Amino acid sequence: MQATSRTRLLPQNLMTHIILIFFTLAAVMPLVGTLLTSLKDPTDLAASPFALPRVWHWENFERAWSQARFGDYFLNSIVVVVAVVAISVFLTILSGYAMGQLKFRGKGLINVIILVGLMVPFEAVIIPLWSLMRDLGLYNTLWSLIWPQVALSFSFGTFWMQTYFRGVPTDLVDAAVIDGCSSWGLLWRVLFPMAVPSVLSMVVLLFIWTWNEFLLVLVMIQKDTLRTLPIGLASLQGRNSTDLSLVAAATIIVTVPTLIVYFIFQRQFIAGMISGALRA
Amino acid sequence: MAVPVSNPSANSLVDKTRAALRVKPLNLKPYEKGWLGYIYLAPGLVIYIVFIFIPILNTFRLSFHDWTGFTTPTFNGLDNYIELAGNQRFWSALGNNFFFVIFFTIIPIFVGLFITSLLTRTKIRGLTYYRIALFIPQVMSTVAVGIIWRWMLNPRFGPLNAGLRALGLDALARPWLGDFTWAPYAVGGIGAWVGYGFAMVLFIAGVQSINPELYDVARVFGANAWQEFWYVTLPSLRRQIVVAFVIRFIAAMRIFDLVYVTTSGGPGGITRVVSYELWQSAFQVNRAGYAAAMAVVLTAIILLVSFITLRLQARLAYDEE
Repeated sequence: MQATSRTRLLPQNLMTHIILIFFTLAAVMPLVGTLLTSLKDPTDLAASPFALPRVWHWENFERAWSQARFGDYFLNSIVVVVAVVAISVFLTILSGYAMGQLKFRGKGLINVIILVGLMVPFEAVIIPLWSLMRDLGLYNTLWSLIWPQVALSFSFGTFWMQTYFRGVPTDLVDAAVIDGCSSWGLLWRVLFPMAVPSVLSMVVLLFIWTWNEFLLVLVMIQKDTLRTLPIGLASLQGRNSTDLSLVAAATIIVTVPTLIVYFIFQRQFIAGMISGALRA
Repeated sequence: MAVPVSNPSANSLVDKTRAALRVKPLNLKPYEKGWLGYIYLAPGLVIYIVFIFIPILNTFRLSFHDWTGFTTPTFNGLDNYIELAGNQRFWSALGNNFFFVIFFTIIPIFVGLFITSLLTRTKIRGLTYYRIALFIPQVMSTVAVGIIWRWMLNPRFGPLNAGLRALGLDALARPWLGDFTWAPYAVGGIGAWVGYGFAMVLFIAGVQSINPELYDVARVFGANAWQEFWYVTLPSLRRQIVVAFVIRFIAAMRIFDLVYVTTSGGPGGITRVVSYELWQSAFQVNRAGYAAAMAVVLTAIILLVSFITLRLQARLAYDEE
């Protein structure tokens, strides 16, 4: 019995692996090819696209980093992402705690108001936001990228953290309160340490979304020195599309930080994307 | 993510003890002070209302105004919407969005289901690693995706044309993204490439939560692989399919970055999409009021289709019980 099921399963299993490998390669090879292109010089490009470079031209990265200003863009991206993630995480722990644990009037209405930000596409925000930023004098500054993305993350994060806080056992909360814990102490000393996995998932999602934001930056930033990486990449492509190796090196610079975060926290990212999606 | 579940029996035990001891509930619970919630909520909520919520309301308001984005808006009733309804450019852009739904949404769901159907009964070694690799496009900036595919489809150096030439199919090689027939398919293909990993990972997670006994029962009744898929896997994945549809549908309706970097709406406007039109109207030719009307229509379509789909799913799930 065992033997027959083995023999029947084996070829099927092999077929499955072949199909899976095919789709996996299809997902990964374009990126690998870009990496190889980023290390070639023009004469090398004419050869097979997936061939290894004859000479490894690491200076393409040097050119992208300094001449094409990707060093500056990188710094801007880091500043914006760190600010957005740090502010959003702090604010949504507070708001998630309020929505999930505290009792107050008008919670239903506030919930609906926050939900609007999750459902309405950003296209329906950007035009008045642009005029607001000019009125506030924040247009063409990194703040015009930070505040709107904090606000966007607030919608998502409040729901995310609220789900967590609602699931906390009430007797745990009661015990802390009887021990004389203030609500602030209860949040940071009792509930927060247990919320770390939830918070970590949120950090990873917000990091990647903020890093990749495009339309907002395109509209708010005119100054080249304030661009973030995706916009810098799009404009490099516009000016210099024939220098394939330079553009490829820049693409790798844009992509690698998100990939590193993803590989370290892939479990949190995938689980977060799936549960975030299913909760919608 | 492990969410601890509250324990009602323990809670009622506390209540019973209190009742037995005739002790009033302790009145020092800090979280029951009515105003405390607002304080915790306020900082984030204010930022959210200023930078997202009020702008949304303003988009709606300004869609009934003639406004360049710089001048004082003047009310013009439904003029923007009337112009929109009669504008061929807008309709063709919207049509393109719906064309892209096939690639961004439908094809990834079918590919995802196909792969998932292979994974239901057998234990696949290294599934985690496949999953990690398949999900990589979800992590990449759309601009990077667009530029990588510009290289893949590059007329001279791209692997696609190189492959066709190697197979002796030189006649088929072409500048895909600049081709009057093929450009929409090329952009759509990129969308399908981004989408299938998402659908697959979502469905695989769904399949893993199906009770294996269902498959045993199917086996006992002599179901073949196809019947197993049709009667066990597919119904169990309904929620995941609906969610994948809604999310990828929204992605198809909101395409912007990808078109911006690959074709800029060209050649000859055949890959123009609504968000691109909106951006051009608002920020290139200063017709912000008109663009706001476009944003309202886009939002309405997205909300309508999402609601209908989710309702339908809830209905189906309800009927089953």
